[in-house]
Formats: sequence, structure tokens, C-alpha cells
Amino acid sequence: MTTIVFVTLFCISVLGYVLNRQAATKLRADGTRLHSVPGYHGLYSLLSTLVPVAVLIVLWLIFQGPLIDRFTMSGLPAGSLGELDAGGRQLVLAEIKSISRGRIFGDPEAWKVDAADRYAWMHAISRWMLLGIVIVASLGIVGFARSRVAANFRARHGVEHITSGLMLFCSTIAIFTTLGIIAALLFESIRFFERVPITEFFFGLNWEPQIPLREDQIAAEGAFGWIPVFLGTLVITVVALFLAVPVGLLSAIYLNEFAPSRLRAVAKPVLEILAGVPTVVYGFFAILVVAPAIRSFGASLGIPVSPNTALAAGSVMGIMLIPFISSFTDDALSAVPKSLRDGALALGATRAETVLNVLFPAAIPGIVGGILLAISRAIGETMIVVMAAGLIASLTINPLDSVTTVTVQIVTLLIGDTSFDNPKTLAAFALGMMLFIVTLIINVFALRIVRKYREAYD
Amino acid sequence: MADVTAATDPGPKTGSTADAVRASLARRNRKQKILQVLGLGAISFAFLMLFILIASLVSSGYQAFTQTHITLEVFIDPEEVPLERLPRGGFDDVLEASLASVLKDVDPDDRATMRALGGLPSNGAQFRLRDRVVEDPDLIGQTITMTVPVSDPYDQLNKGLIDRRTPEENRRLKDFEIAWFDQLVAMEAISKPLNTGLISNPDSRFPELAGLKGALIGSFWALFVCFVISFPLGIGAAIYLEEFAPKNKFSDFVEVNINNLAAVPSVVFGLLALAVFIGWFGLPRSAPFVGGMTLALMTMPTIIIATRAALKAVPPSIREAALGVGASKHQVVFGHVLPLAMPGILTGTIIGLAQALGETAPLLLIGMNAFITSAPSGPFDSATALPTQIFIWADSPERGFVSRTSAAILVLLGFLITMNAVSIYLRNKFERNW
Amino acid sequence: MMNDMRKIERDTAVSDIKIHARDVQVFYGDTHAIKDVSVDILDKTVTAFIGPSGCGKSTFLRCLNRMNDTIDIARVKGDIQIDGNDIYHPSIDPVQLRAKVGMVFQKPNPFPKSIYDNIAYGPRIHGLAKTKAELDEIVERSLRRGAIWDEVKDRLHEPGTGLSGGQQQRLCIARAVATEPEVLLMDEPCSALDPIATAQVEDLIDELRRNYSVVIVTHSMQQAARVSQNTAFFHLGNLVEYRETGQIFTNPEDPRTESYITGRIG
Repeated sequence: MTTIVFVTLFCISVLGYVLNRQAATKLRADGTRLHSVPGYHGLYSLLSTLVPVAVLIVLWLIFQGPLIDRFTMSGLPAGSLGELDAGGRQLVLAEIKSISRGRIFGDPEAWKVDAADRYAWMHAISRWMLLGIVIVASLGIVGFARSRVAANFRARHGVEHITSGLMLFCSTIAIFTTLGIIAALLFESIRFFERVPITEFFFGLNWEPQIPLREDQIAAEGAFGWIPVFLGTLVITVVALFLAVPVGLLSAIYLNEFAPSRLRAVAKPVLEILAGVPTVVYGFFAILVVAPAIRSFGASLGIPVSPNTALAAGSVMGIMLIPFISSFTDDALSAVPKSLRDGALALGATRAETVLNVLFPAAIPGIVGGILLAISRAIGETMIVVMAAGLIASLTINPLDSVTTVTVQIVTLLIGDTSFDNPKTLAAFALGMMLFIVTLIINVFALRIVRKYREAYD
Repeated sequence: MADVTAATDPGPKTGSTADAVRASLARRNRKQKILQVLGLGAISFAFLMLFILIASLVSSGYQAFTQTHITLEVFIDPEEVPLERLPRGGFDDVLEASLASVLKDVDPDDRATMRALGGLPSNGAQFRLRDRVVEDPDLIGQTITMTVPVSDPYDQLNKGLIDRRTPEENRRLKDFEIAWFDQLVAMEAISKPLNTGLISNPDSRFPELAGLKGALIGSFWALFVCFVISFPLGIGAAIYLEEFAPKNKFSDFVEVNINNLAAVPSVVFGLLALAVFIGWFGLPRSAPFVGGMTLALMTMPTIIIATRAALKAVPPSIREAALGVGASKHQVVFGHVLPLAMPGILTGTIIGLAQALGETAPLLLIGMNAFITSAPSGPFDSATALPTQIFIWADSPERGFVSRTSAAILVLLGFLITMNAVSIYLRNKFERNW
Repeated sequence: MMNDMRKIERDTAVSDIKIHARDVQVFYGDTHAIKDVSVDILDKTVTAFIGPSGCGKSTFLRCLNRMNDTIDIARVKGDIQIDGNDIYHPSIDPVQLRAKVGMVFQKPNPFPKSIYDNIAYGPRIHGLAKTKAELDEIVERSLRRGAIWDEVKDRLHEPGTGLSGGQQQRLCIARAVATEPEVLLMDEPCSALDPIATAQVEDLIDELRRNYSVVIVTHSMQQAARVSQNTAFFHLGNLVEYRETGQIFTNPEDPRTESYITGRIG
């Protein structure tokens, strides 16, 4: 049905294009001098029909679902919902929907069947109404556009205004996305903090996000202190940086200063491949190769190592970050003016001294910016830790222990069936908000450093 | 001033510099050597890791590109499969009986033995048999030949992944089961063809039946939606920012937003999609359409940045030439600048889509990790995607899924390499120096 | 007064040969940048290289301390000796050579460090000072020799990049002399400076001649006339004429030199 609506709109718009174009061509053939060529008259009609009506359809499609749901529920016979809470109501609604699709399990009550019929009926009405409105509106606009075809009508300006508006809209998507992220996180986090005290979240030392299965269950109240989760994230990040920073820096220095050009030609693409490997692949690499290797190495030294150590996840994350840090360092070193390098070499500095004493200090801001971005990446990295790190939050900084991270908790809390009204799901959004805030601060800071640094040498 | 300095200047102490330099030169060169060795070591480490990564995937994944099959003469016993009960019937018993008839030392009345025998062909074999009989009920009472996959342990045995020397109690196959298999091999009933099921089957609980069809189609729809949304929106935003936007607070704000979005963790986009697209708009869970919208939001910054770079690279002389013959700003941009920038834009878009293809975390949050045994028929059906399928298989305990996961990763990497190769080809073919 | 002094000194100049170059060729990839240049540069003299841009004068200058080594595609052939030693001999480390042959560049390029550290950098890496006091002394002496001591003595620990262009260039000259070189190469040292700073640097060059063999590349004939005793004219990679400065400007032998000096080429 949606397809039919869109096809109808498209056909009517094209009709408008053809009509306007023909009209304008005819005018010109009669010897009138037009402000805009006929093609623009056509485009004017096409765009002024297509754009507003398409927006209307999208809005309609977005809002019809929730509205019909609401009408369905409010139209139920009084008392049929009884004492049901929000979750119960959702279940009833889901049942009504599945009945309306013809999937009937057991013998539903009569009022549910009624409601299902009404639900289906409202959907049908909504669809036909939409089709009717689209036809009327688009034909109306086509007629209006046709009436404006005239010698002095500035169709090109009209078209350009519409395209400018569209482009402006495109560039605001980024803002809407950011707003959407903030709204989603904030809204769900507030609901979380209504159920769990904010102090417990920030200062609690226990993270055990269980939910009571039955009302009377006492043992599983759940604890939501994010400190152990945050600590685990830090441990893995530190392990990753311990590997990635020296390797990344040294390989960038080597490639920038010492490598023969043939090695450089090979090394750049190799690093790019390493950077392009999806993180789920790194995660599998961690459980397939790195974790067993660390474990057997630990066993040969007589140290018991848990199967999902912070060390395994962290070091694989470090491998992932090597190309990241090395390319930032490479860029920063290359951005140092050649005159400084010449100045040092002319004083009789060796190439190593030139790099370490002159180029490197001059490139430090760019490198620091890169490392900060790498940290923010490590904190936000998900798949490697979901696959290779632990699930249990423990208050430890030993990289041989199993730790969990913010992203692991978000994913494990939300995988599977989600409903938005228990602290377990909402906790994921609170963690997500912390993740967003921390990475945002680091990113803003890092981007500012990098930009300042670029300006300094431009 | 110069005179003053000259008076106090003792002049250079010739020779002292040369001596000092000579004395320290060996030490300084040694330091340089150390730095060089460290740097070479670092780059070799990166090479080595990539090599180990690829080598371990290939060595564990290549086995999954073949699949052990067994060819059986099956007598469709009307007593087990009565016509009137179709599609129900004792198809498993029929298979077991057919196996028992060819193997030595099998007592068809021993329940335990027969159950073990039933574990030799894949669990899917009976359904294939059923489908054939349902399609053509005349087969009842006849003997047909069919080739079906064997179950995972026998597949492993055939590929040499089960060591016959391990003590029997630690082995997944007992001695008598191995003896059966050897008999079948001796009868040339066992074959190991290319595993087309890896691509053409949907997901399954049984490794020998599991394939990537659902994931490939799911990924296709997600990428398609992602492209349809992010490509026009990204180009529109880039053109506006690069060519039309006034230099003001608003433009700066948009730019800051785009740069920050490019660095927001992917899991946060998953939270956004879960709360807004699924929770507020009520779009279906696990649908590639929602996945594609999420990926589009993540891909847009990449496309915007690439497009702006491509637009910047078009020299001003082109614009001036077009403006000079009386074209409007819009006509210049859409008629001259954009076509010239297209190769660069396409290159950036393909790279962005390649990143989106490998993206996993946001798809997990919107439920594209569901266990779905049929391929989606449209973007609104529940589906998995390639990376989430990899995640599901990596999480599965069955031994056979290890090699399937590696194989699925190789398939994914194959796609990524192809996409990158295309973008490099485009760049080289259309790149021009102004 | 300056001119008188130079006249006297020109007559009494010590004329030991410091740099001896024969049949020098330089190639940048396929481009033949320097063709068969042979020249003898005297000790304790200022030698100027002049010529139109792209004539190879800077390229040749960079051969004298092997700065061309840092350009991958550059190849140098021929024989260059300083004090009788072949500087392109495999046993010569460019580091050793550059400690002996200092260089000042077209654009002032102080390191983004303090003024003190800029000067102390060379002595530090070469191990010229054993104690802090010795290093302080070298820094002061070099800054004095660079004629900038009085201007910076109170802010030795502020960044060198904060100075004005002329001060930065004198700082770079001081930095070059801090390693006690024997030859000082200057590649258009005044091209980025205003006239007042230029005059200061020119005074300084004249001063440095007491102790060093100075080779200066310049695009300004007036500058060559003011500071140098000998002048070499380069054209299209060839050394056209090399004579005493006074003679080359008043009585050029080669028609190309004459057209350059009179402004017909270049």
C-alpha cells in the first residue's frame, strides 16, 4: 500500500513536470521570451509537488501506528484492562495486533477479537485516507504550478529556492541526529534514575543488574553502581594503549624517517587493511587465537589465567588501534615544516636526533590529539570486548582478571527481548549516556587540539 | 655593536668541534640504529599480527568451504510413511533403516544402536526426504537415491578434526560409529563436495546446515537502505556546507556536529535506534530497514567529509568559467562542479558503505542477532546481517561453528576487499590533476 | 667607513683555499641541475653566489654540506674537498661534515624551543660542553657573535619563535656558529627580512668573515657587492664566471654575466 502511495505521488509529479514543460514550450513557440527555460518550469512543478507531499506521507506513516494503538486501547470496553500495568497493556495490544493479522492462539476473549477487527479497520481507513489525501493534494499543487507558467514567472529561482531548502535540511540532519541521541539517552536515563537513586549509580561499588522474576523475590534486587564497570573499561583501555601507543609511534617514526620507499609503499596499505578489519573479526580473533595463547602462556608459567582476561581483549584492541595512532602520528610528523628538519640536520644532528629532539616535540599536539581520539575509541569499542571480555563486574585492576566494560553491559542488557520499563534495560541507557558524555568530552578536546595544531603550521 | 662583539670574540677553537664530534659519533649512530631497529620491529609486529589474523582465519575457515555428504539408497517404506498421513511420517526411521541395511553388524531391533545410527546423517536429511515425498507422493514404496549432508561430528571426522587416537570416552564419536563411517567410506558412499549450502542455506542450529543466505540478504537490504538515505542526504549537506553556507555560527555548529558524530561510539547509535526508531516510532525489531537507517546516520559524516574534499578539489577556474557565461550558482554547482567531483564522492561513499557493512554493535541492539531460519523477503522482515551472523556463530558452542565463523569472516572480508578495490580503481581511473 | 674598512681587508685577505670543487654534477631525477661546476672557495672570505632563480646556486650550496642527501631523488657526482678531504667519501659521516659546515636558511627556522635551547642544541648533541657553565658560556658567546645577545639576554628561556623575523634569523646564525663550524653556508639569509634587519645581518656577515669561510647565496646583486669579496655567477646550472666581486660587477668578462648585471636576463 505504501508503495502504491509513493508511486501515485511520483506519477502525478511527473505529470506536473510534463504539463508545465509543454505549456512553457508552447509559450516560447508563440514567440514570447521566457525568464526561465521550459525545463525549469517542469522541474518547478515536479519539486513543489514531490517534496511537501512526500514529507506528508512520511509524517503520516510515523504517526499512524502510535495513534491507532492509542485509539484501539481507549476503545476497549470499560474494565476489560482491570488492574494491568503498562507491561500488561502492551501484551494485550500485542495480542490484539496478532489476532488482527490472523494469528490466533487458543480462544481469545470476544472483546479482543472486536478490538482486533477495529484495529484492522482503522488501518485500512488510514491507508485509504492517505491515498486520497495524496492524490488530492498533489493534483492541487500540480494545477497551481500549471497556472503559474507565464513569460515572466521565475521558475528557475523557484527551483533553486526549493533545492537550497532541501540542502539546508540535509545539513541539519547531523544536528537532529545529535539531538536524537541526547534526547533518547536523557529520557531513558531519567526514567532509570526514577527507579535507582543517582548516588547509587555514581558511587555504588556493585554492579549486579538482576531483575526480580517474581514480585516477592528478595534475593535479586539488583545493584547498579557503575564504578566497577567503569574501572573495567579503564583497565582494558590502558592495556590497549600500552600496546598501541609505542608500536604506533615507532612504526610512524620509522615509516616517516627511515623506511625505504618500497617498504613505505607496502606498509601504508597493510596498515589500512588492519584499520579496515571489522571489529567483530577482531573479537573472533581474540577468542580464537589471543586468549588461548595468553592462557597457555600463563599456564606454562604456572599462573592461572581466566579465559576472558582484560589482557586478551585489551591487547587485541591495541592491535586495532595501531594503524589509528600510526596514521595520526604520521600526519603530525609530516605537517612539521621541512625547514625545521633542515635546520636540525644542518647543525649536524643525526636523523634520529632530528626526529626525537625537533620533529617529535613539534608534532606533540597532533600526536596527543590522535592518542586522545584513540582513547575515546577504545572506551566506545564494543564488539571486541563483548566477545572477549567478561560479563561479571569486579573491582580489580589486574589485567589477568576478567573484567567487564560499559559497552559490554549495554549490549548484554539490551540483547534479547527488550521492554522499556525495567531498571535492567534502562540501566543500559544510563551507561550509554555516561559513555556518550565521556567520549564527547574527549573528542571535542582532541579535535580542538588537532585543529589548533594544523592552524599553527598552515 | 658588531665592533663590540668582535673585540671580545676569541674566535673559533679550530679542531675542538671535529674532535668532539668524532668522539661521540659512534655512540650517536648506535642510538640511531636502536631507534631504527625498534621502528622496524614495530612495523613488523603490525605485519605479523595481520598475517596471524588472516592465517588463523584461513586455516580454521577453509574446511567450511567443503561439506561431507553421504549418498544413500532409501526405500520409502509405506508402513513408515503412509500416504494419508503426509506430511507427517517416520522419515527418520526410513533413513535409519536404509543405513542399517548397508552397514554390517547393525541390529535393526536394538533401539540404542538405531538412535546412534540416526545421528549419522544431518538432522535436516529427514526434512529433505519429507519435502521430496510430499512433492511427489508416488515415491512411496519406491527406492530413491539421495545425497545429504552428514551431521557435524562425522563431518569433523572426515576432515581429520577428530583425532582417532584420543581415548574413546573423550571423543565425540565412539569406536563403533567410526567403524560405520569407515565402512561407508569403503563403499564410496561418502563424498566431500564444495559447500554451496554455506551461501545458499539460511541459518540453522545445526552447523552442517547453517548458511549465510539470510545474513547476505539482510546485509544487502540494510546497505541498500543505508545508501538510499545517506547518499543523497550526505551530498546535499556537503554541497550546502561547501558551496552555499554563509560563514556563520549555524554553519560552524553543523560542522562541529558532523565532526563529533563521526567519533561517537557505534553502540550509542544503536541506543538511538532502539529508543527512537523502535521505541518511539514503533518500527519493527530486527528489520534491515531499521538497521539501514541506523547505518545511514553513521555513514553520513563519512560521505559528507569525502564529498566536501572532492568539491574542494575542483579548481575555481571551472566555477569562474561557468559563472562567466552567465550560469547561476546552482547551475554551476549542479552542472559543472558536482559531475567533476563525482568520482571522489563515489570513492568516499563506497568506503563509507564498506565500514557500514562491517558494523556490528548497533545492529545487535536493534535485534538483528535473532535466530531466523528463513531468508528475509524484504527490508521489513526480521533478518540478520553478515557481521551479526558472525557474532551469533562465534557464540555457538558446536564445534562445527568455529570453522563456519571463520568462513563467514572470510566471506565478509572478501566483500570488503572487493568494495575497497572498486573504490581504489575508481580513484585511479578518474583521478585527475588540475 | 664600512667601505674603507672592507677595502683594506680585501687587500690583506688570507687566501688559503678552504673548499675545492671539481666537475660537480647534480641530478634531480632526470633533471641535470648542476653541470660541471669547478670552484675554489677561500678561507676567511665571503663568497657570494648570484644568478637568476633556478640557476642552481642554492643546489650547489647544499652540496657543500651534503644537505642534498636528504632529498631522495638527488644524485651528486664530482669531487668536493674541504681542507683536502673528499666530503663525499664513504668514510665521511654527513653528521661530522655538517658540524664543520654550518648552514643558515632562507626562512628563519628556529626550533619551537627556548632561545637558550635553540643555541645549546648543537653543542649538546655534539658533546661540546662538559658542564652547565661551559654550555652557558657557549650560548652567550654564540649569541654575542650573532649580534643578538643584548636583545635577548633577559629572556633566554622564552620561545625562539616569539622573536621578530630579523631577530629569528640572527638567532639561527648564532645557532649555526654555536657548534664552532669552519664554513658557514647562507642560503638567501635576508630574503625574508625587512631592510633594517637585512642591514644588521649584513653587518654580522662581514663580522663573521674574521673567523669563517662564508658562502652566501643571494638574489640581490647589491647585497653581493656589499658583503662579498668574491662572486660566482651561475646560469642554467653552469658556473659562468667567478672573480673578485669588484671586478665582476664593474668589468664582467662573459656576455651572460653582463646581461644579468645590466638587467637583461634574470
